[in-house]
Amino acid sequence: MTFQEPIEKMSGRIRELTLGSGENACTVGGQNTLSFYRWEGDMPHAPVIAMEVYDVAPVGWPESLVAAFGDALSDPAAWARVCVEKHGARLICIQLAGTDPNGADRSASEAAETVKSVADAVDVPLLVYGSGNADKDAEVLKLVAEVMADRPCAIGPATEDNYKPIAAAALAYGHVVIAETPIDVNMAKQLNILITQLGLPADKILMDPSTGAVGYGIEYSYTVSERLRLAALGQNDDMTQMPMICNLGKESWRAKEAKTSVDEEPAWGDAHKRGVLWEATTAITMAAGGADVLVMRHPEAVDLMRQAIDRLAAS
Amino acid sequence: MALSGLDIFKMLPKTNCGDCSVPTCLAFAMKLAQGQAELSSCPHVSDEAKSALGAASAPPMRAVTVGVGGTAFTVGEETVLFRHEKTFVNPCAIGVQIQSGDSDEQIGASLADAAASSFERVQMALRCGFIAVQSTGDAARFASVASRAADATSLPLILMSSDPEHMAAALDAVGTKRPLIHAATESNIDAMIELAAKHSCPMAVRASGLDAVAVLTEKAIGAGLKDLVIDSAPQDAASALRDHVFARRAALNQKFAPLGFPTISFPGEVSDGDEMLETVFGALDVVKYGSIIVLSGAEPWRMLPLLVLRQNIFTDPQRPMQAESKIYEYGTPGPDSPFFVTTNFSLTYFIVSGEIESSKAGAYLGIVESEGLSVLTAWAAGKFVPERIAKFVAASGIADKIGHREIIIPGAVAQISGELAEELDGWNVVVGPYEASDIPAFLKRRAG
Repeated sequence: MTFQEPIEKMSGRIRELTLGSGENACTVGGQNTLSFYRWEGDMPHAPVIAMEVYDVAPVGWPESLVAAFGDALSDPAAWARVCVEKHGARLICIQLAGTDPNGADRSASEAAETVKSVADAVDVPLLVYGSGNADKDAEVLKLVAEVMADRPCAIGPATEDNYKPIAAAALAYGHVVIAETPIDVNMAKQLNILITQLGLPADKILMDPSTGAVGYGIEYSYTVSERLRLAALGQNDDMTQMPMICNLGKESWRAKEAKTSVDEEPAWGDAHKRGVLWEATTAITMAAGGADVLVMRHPEAVDLMRQAIDRLAAS
Repeated sequence: MALSGLDIFKMLPKTNCGDCSVPTCLAFAMKLAQGQAELSSCPHVSDEAKSALGAASAPPMRAVTVGVGGTAFTVGEETVLFRHEKTFVNPCAIGVQIQSGDSDEQIGASLADAAASSFERVQMALRCGFIAVQSTGDAARFASVASRAADATSLPLILMSSDPEHMAAALDAVGTKRPLIHAATESNIDAMIELAAKHSCPMAVRASGLDAVAVLTEKAIGAGLKDLVIDSAPQDAASALRDHVFARRAALNQKFAPLGFPTISFPGEVSDGDEMLETVFGALDVVKYGSIIVLSGAEPWRMLPLLVLRQNIFTDPQRPMQAESKIYEYGTPGPDSPFFVTTNFSLTYFIVSGEIESSKAGAYLGIVESEGLSVLTAWAAGKFVPERIAKFVAASGIADKIGHREIIIPGAVAQISGELAEELDGWNVVVGPYEASDIPAFLKRRAG
């Protein structure tokens, strides 16, 4: 018996989607194969990392993260500059956690100011995530879409509860919509259909099928991403052929295993390496599952993932 | 060519004797068809049937056991490429490599790391799975370090040398512990086959590329060996991924017997000595078809994420992991501390637990046995209903720990609060947040 390479060609292809515009524009998607299976298809754009910044200074972050950014943590524009200039970020993701009505409850206009300040500070494409409060996000993202009319970005999360105003704002001002669903293949597809029915072109949708970190439900996220990808490529299912985004930085660093100091848990070993690896192992798993955009937090985890992607994408 | 269960059934004795430990011949045939049983379990099958069924009924990917006793591990026997189709069968083994040429102190430190990398999570023990000893000194040193590793950790061993004389010396020392021989190569395969047969040990074959590996496994199979492990010696991470995918597909989809074995991988060999990057590629091996994953170190900061990821990936997608049903304590709870209840779905438990913890408040969380379902599903299935919650509260002993009589239920099941208040005489039922992420704010409001 002789070995014959078991090549399996797929019939479908992921849509290409461009974030931003001009010379720093970043195109994702376009592959007709599972992630990194370059021996049997093309992957014209390797997964890309967006580094996240927060509108309000984070509290309770572990030492390793605080040390990585220092004072910049209290100034989103400065923080974004560090990400781009020092760590080579190709995308910046602004997390508007401070708009949460159960938290700092910052107003839509304050949030829009923050986004503007980041946009003025860096010239890479921006992604903007609201706090996850459906009503507030609709209000905030509408204004963000308006003030960013001359600078196409991606806004979300648009969910089944608020996709209409968010998609309408994206359509009016030329932005991409991040469509978020709770770890479910059919709901992800359904939301894509609903948003396209509003008139937003299919190549303006990034799917966010939700992410759990290692130890916190990653098996569900991984499998749902994989199933979406198999539907898109194997069954050529048009309404699942959107590139996927994975908002994993915040999930990874929420894990007890990522943020607990070695004094509190001596048996878990070095807290810095453990935290960085918690994020990086979450990222590689989701990249293997099909994520095209990885939203990440720690510069060392970002650097590790960039190296891993470069090596896997080389063929 | 795969045969159906009925095709196979026709060739069995049809006596339903149960000697194969399956009650009926039909059930045994079905198991054979799914690759979950071996024809040799039937002592009565005719030679004619044997030759007809032999190839078709062997599991497409063999199960290989390394080690003996409680720490032994079994890998392989996988039946699918994607875990939504069917649960992955045998969790990959993750362990550490040491060099026999290192100093006794260095070896002692590595063995201590391996022994210390032991954790418990959702009632499962997670630990470093084996010690791989590579011969970098003389044969006698290899044998003595292998003995030391076995004695110090009682973990399964992988013996790594391409020199049959070294391998013979180590096998004389620890051969009864069923170590994995690594590796037979083009230049030493005859001698290694002899050693594997003599000591009844599993053997890895290593060659550059899967086609070269298949030539060697065919030779070993021809010599009567069954417990083989494949190592395609990839030069870079992209080739490592490709070889894992090809090996799994060749075994399952093409039924290509020479590659129907578990794999062994060394993520450090494609990471230029960067232990962090090595761990990232180790994670990729966990997800994409690695069977035995050998790391250059076993410190807990790198073992923990990989072992937890493995636990996640190898769970049954239909039957979620469950947290132990009991009262959990957070911070330093007192008689006035709040008391939450939720279901035993591990993810629900982890998320609620994490949110209570991050609030830094003292609190109690009662985990009600609910067959591993999330809150809404458990409620709908009658597993998280007033009667069961009340029974749990009564049996839990929480009444002795708190002075108040207030129970906080998940917002998703607000509708049961009235009925629960009737079941729990003298208790006040409070409806908590719908989303776990609102627990800290809820506790803050409650305190203020």
